[in-house]
Amino acid sequence: MRERPLSPHLSVYKLSRYTLATSIFNRFTGLILSVGLIVLVYWLMAVASGTRAYENAHEILSAGIFKLVYAGLLVAFCYHLVAGIRHLVWDTGRGLERAQSKRSAGIVIVISIALLLLLGYWLFLAAGRA
Amino acid sequence: MKSLRSPLGVVSGLGSAKGGVHHWWLQRLTSIALVPLTIWFTVSLLSLPSLDHVTVIAWMAQSWTALLLIVLVLVATYHSQLGVRVVIEDYIHTTGMKTLTLVTVTFAHALLAVAGVFAILKVAFGGAT
Repeated sequence: MRERPLSPHLSVYKLSRYTLATSIFNRFTGLILSVGLIVLVYWLMAVASGTRAYENAHEILSAGIFKLVYAGLLVAFCYHLVAGIRHLVWDTGRGLERAQSKRSAGIVIVISIALLLLLGYWLFLAAGRA
Repeated sequence: MKSLRSPLGVVSGLGSAKGGVHHWWLQRLTSIALVPLTIWFTVSLLSLPSLDHVTVIAWMAQSWTALLLIVLVLVATYHSQLGVRVVIEDYIHTTGMKTLTLVTVTFAHALLAVAGVFAILKVAFGGAT
């Protein structure tokens, strides 16, 4: 049988196209958040395992490498949340015209960066307190 | 040319996969639920005075916290399972590898959901002090 083209065709589009960039970044951030679920459940299990086990886990989760993980999760959360809401709006049949979609892509980026700064600042304050 | 599909087949729109909008619809339902749930979780966690065991347990053992956490874990793992599934289906093209990855990812998500709920319930019923 002839080799048929298989989706998705990542290499045939210009990455500078905002449609491709916003879409693939939504997937990518979703995958990061899936990995975040492992961290969340590990933490929940640690809480449930008593004070000693929790302190051990807390030490592991406070390691330098995890600060990078939390930063990544925060970026992923902010973007995936706002971009997801854009998808929900699309599902109602609104905002699908080219000009509207281009504008909403910009709005998503601006709002997710604002959210990131807000939560990042809060996390920074909380980390200083803990 | 006259279509070979039966009128019932056309209106039900299920095609050869025998599946319709189930995946799509659940992905939407879970994403709607996750908007308030994840915001609540982030705000609650950041509002805790500290992350030591006593503080976390006192927070997690409250009925509403435990309830919302259980809903969050279940909805988030389901949403994640649906999303990761599509990524695997899109990017892994060999059937054997695709099936193996899908089975592994599904088991992993089920384990995460059960472990998360178990941990929350254990704390909520006072089993973690």
